[in-house]
Amino acid sequence: MADTIAAIASGLAHGGIGIVRVSGEQALAVGDAVVRLKKGSLAETRSHTARYGFVYDGEKPVDEVIALVMRAPHSYTGEDTVEIQCHGGPLIMRRILEATLKNGARLAEPGEFTKRAFLSGRLDLSQAEAVMELIQSQNEFARRASLEQLKGSVGEKIRELRGRILHQLAFIEAALDDPEHISLEGYPQQLEQELEPLIGEVRQLLKGAERGKILSDGIRTVILGRPNAGKSSLLNLLTGEERAIVTEIPGTTRDTLEESVQLGEISLRLVDTAGIRDTEDQVEKIGVERARRQAEQADLLLCVVDSSRPLNGDDRQILELLEGRRALVLLNKSDLPPVVAPEELAALVSAPVILFSAREGTGRRELEQRILQMFDAGEIGKGEQVTITNLRHREALEQALNSLLLVRESVGQGLPEDFFTIDLMEAYRQLGLILGEEVGEDLVNEIFSKFCMGK
Amino acid sequence: MAIQEFCDVAVIGAGHAGCEAALAAARLGMRTVIFTVSVDSIALMPCNPNIGGSSKGHLVREVDALGGEMGKNIDKAFIQSKMLNRSKGPAVHSLRAQADKQRYTGEMRRVLENTPNLTIKQAEVARILAEDGKIQGVVTCSGAEYRCPAVILCTGTYLQSRCLYGDVIQPTGPNGLQAANHLSESLRELGIDLLRFKTGTPARIDGRTVDFSKMEEQKGDPVVVPFSFTTDPASVQKEQVSCWLTYTNQRTHDIIRGSLDRSPLFSGVIQGTGPRYCPSIEDKVVRFADKDRHQLFIEPEGNYTNELYIGGMSSSLPEDVQVEMIHTVPGLEQAEVVRNAYAIEYDCVNPIQLQLSLEFKDISGLFSAGQANGSSGYEEAAAQGIIAGINAARKIQEKEPVILDRSQAYIGVLIDDLVTKENHEPYRMMTSRAEYRLLLRQDNADLRLTEIGYQVGLIPEDRYQRLLEKREAIDREIRRLQGTNVGASAPVQEFLQRHQSSPIKSGVSLAELIKRPELDYDSLAELDEGRPELPAAVCEQVNIHLKYEGYILRQQQQVEQFKKLERKRIPPELDYGQVGNLRKEAVQKLAAYRPASIGQASRISGVSPADISVLLVYLEQRGHNK
Repeated sequence: MADTIAAIASGLAHGGIGIVRVSGEQALAVGDAVVRLKKGSLAETRSHTARYGFVYDGEKPVDEVIALVMRAPHSYTGEDTVEIQCHGGPLIMRRILEATLKNGARLAEPGEFTKRAFLSGRLDLSQAEAVMELIQSQNEFARRASLEQLKGSVGEKIRELRGRILHQLAFIEAALDDPEHISLEGYPQQLEQELEPLIGEVRQLLKGAERGKILSDGIRTVILGRPNAGKSSLLNLLTGEERAIVTEIPGTTRDTLEESVQLGEISLRLVDTAGIRDTEDQVEKIGVERARRQAEQADLLLCVVDSSRPLNGDDRQILELLEGRRALVLLNKSDLPPVVAPEELAALVSAPVILFSAREGTGRRELEQRILQMFDAGEIGKGEQVTITNLRHREALEQALNSLLLVRESVGQGLPEDFFTIDLMEAYRQLGLILGEEVGEDLVNEIFSKFCMGK
Repeated sequence: MAIQEFCDVAVIGAGHAGCEAALAAARLGMRTVIFTVSVDSIALMPCNPNIGGSSKGHLVREVDALGGEMGKNIDKAFIQSKMLNRSKGPAVHSLRAQADKQRYTGEMRRVLENTPNLTIKQAEVARILAEDGKIQGVVTCSGAEYRCPAVILCTGTYLQSRCLYGDVIQPTGPNGLQAANHLSESLRELGIDLLRFKTGTPARIDGRTVDFSKMEEQKGDPVVVPFSFTTDPASVQKEQVSCWLTYTNQRTHDIIRGSLDRSPLFSGVIQGTGPRYCPSIEDKVVRFADKDRHQLFIEPEGNYTNELYIGGMSSSLPEDVQVEMIHTVPGLEQAEVVRNAYAIEYDCVNPIQLQLSLEFKDISGLFSAGQANGSSGYEEAAAQGIIAGINAARKIQEKEPVILDRSQAYIGVLIDDLVTKENHEPYRMMTSRAEYRLLLRQDNADLRLTEIGYQVGLIPEDRYQRLLEKREAIDREIRRLQGTNVGASAPVQEFLQRHQSSPIKSGVSLAELIKRPELDYDSLAELDEGRPELPAAVCEQVNIHLKYEGYILRQQQQVEQFKKLERKRIPPELDYGQVGNLRKEAVQKLAAYRPASIGQASRISGVSPADISVLLVYLEQRGHNK
């Protein structure tokens, strides 16, 4: 059996049910790492059985799902397979897919499931032609799409990063090959200095990727605040009397109910709106704990504070959650006589404070502008910006970053220089995948063209 | 009447490839004839006076582990020895020894002369006889015919060679030896594609005319490590000679720049492709114009002579310019040139015509090894030589060829690269070419390959038994260390502090402690009361294995993946034009290279991963339909 692959099997369009398929030796283990069942595990589950559970990405719940277990050889690919059926929607599917990738699967190549199905004898031999055509055409399609998405400066940037990594590799290798000509004296310190900006720039690209994601998926926004602070009024104000709801994804639990609001180029995806609507008028029992859980998953936190009542412990605990996050504090009920002054809040949190009245609609414009500003919306809108939208590209970037961090670790541990090349080469290879370039003779060519050596 | 004789294997050329090939074949019981244009130049070292060096040292060790001769021979003939890269990781430690050239030649000749089944003939082979794609024998210039089922080409740089410096062109092989002018034509007639490559060598000077006080002395290691796993280390501790380091300067470079128009390299007289890793001094000065000096290593050619080799100054500039530039170098102001530097052009086989066994794909029984395959270096030649010799013998014995893959040996990397990649210059081994470098160390070549040498029949029983014992001792000691714990006691913490190592919180195994950069097997002896007395070679393996375990395991996992694709064989007669959906470029490349496995196919440039998937599907279907 081959390594474990994963992909969205149902197409990325909005639909009723989405399927993420995982296949290979570790499919059940990957499935267990991603899907939490009430009892037992997928590894203990009989073949061709459906299990109910929740997908978690680390500690963050993503969706409620059905996991189908099909054991080798009785699956499409002939390998152990887990199909995770979720509530459709490109975003949820992507997050589930990403969770599988974080837990040991790799993104399937175009046509790879079919290829495996064929190679394991699951398809009729007469279909070979069709399979080959599918592989070649899907790869060609993916290659074109990939090139398309690399338009502008991203490709150049990655080429540049690769060049710098290759240069370090070549220097080390030249010195190892010809130690009497080229010395590595003091080199680890030098490499450390080269690594910092490299790591920073790859991170920057990943941030761009995140921005690309925000552009396509919207900003996951959580409204926080103690009971009766005015969360539902804010919700109503944002979604508007005109009900500017773009999508509504009803879940069977209220945790997954989301509403979407368009804000210029970007959309806010408001999380747990059901929770807010249901409980606002009643006494909330688990205010802070619930807020903490939700806050973890958010791109943006909107914290509503009632300016007509003195701050209490709940307020303070909720405000603490905003530290280090992209957040805005809305001092609500500014139409009532104030008890809480903006200065008092400013002393407690670093997030900007906006005077706001949900009832009168004051502060809405400022809120929108702040959000757009915060997410660099102007930048997001421009097509020429360095953004990565392709999941395969992002995966490669993550791997490259990881490898660079490993190099830094090896340098820090004082390992011999030849160990640095292992992960440097991996970073170089991963970045090459984004450009569709292989390693080939690059290193040897670089050594000979940049370093004078030999007898 | 012309002579007609019969033998099993004819080896053409008695350089480093030819010697190993002939010895291997003869030792495997084949009646072997080795042809050379001059019996006095068996195992000649016409260029640098050393064996080994980065990655080449690995090759020598591997040849030795398989039962070859080069390691043993240099252990007899060395005059200085160094382990390079000692301060770096174990994967890149490399042994290099300066040789007494005459001794090296003489010792190898003695071995050849005393090997049963092996006959030496001084003759130029002019023709290869083949019928219906099968080897029949060889014919010498004088018309003598040797009928045999296997021939190994080890023609080095002798095919249609010419030596050049300035406007002087001499139709000779290296060192003024007779070129082989007939064979190229015969090879072409057999449909073999030949390439024209170029290399070169620096001048030799008279040691009496050199001022050593102006140069830096480069001594050998105080304790010499032998190349061969069979050489007793005590036997190689002897008086060593020194090499000397000096530098070119601006004046040298000015002279070179002023004479470029007289260099055949730049005037276009030389058409062969030269190696980038071994550039001539004029190349270096032009390509690295910002460097204000280049290192030169002055190396003795042997104890029998005053002659010194000027490492770093290979050239094809005219004689007068050579003398002038040499005289600008500190220490060489008065140097008398004994032999000029020269460039040499020669024909070699385009190695993509070979299988991984080094047999031609289209001519059964014809093998090729060494510089004749477009490689460079004595060690690369020897490595191919032994494989070609083994496989020629096995061909006759109707056994499967021995093919080392990229995860087993540098030899595997070397041959796979030669036959799978496009070579535009003489190929030189480098450690960076070995993707599993951490597993392919020079220190474990015996553990990797002795067993193969034994199965082939080149390693005697007692040597194999010693290997098994060594392996067992290593495993036992690793297990012992993994099971030996030390607690967080005062003496242990004191020991750690003394070695600038952070204290431990609770009990930990010695195997874990070895992983710390500041500790190793030797230093931990103090904490290890039950440590048995073990040979140094065993301790070294234990230390490396435990210290770099994480990295080693990672590479071993990669090797597993690699092997999966290597095991998927492609039938040699496959018609790639029949495989639908392969891209056109892939069809052309695959048809030209005819790879043996999916793994090899995936390394051909121009073949994409999607093409490989398509090929897999096609082979699957084909397998079922048969």
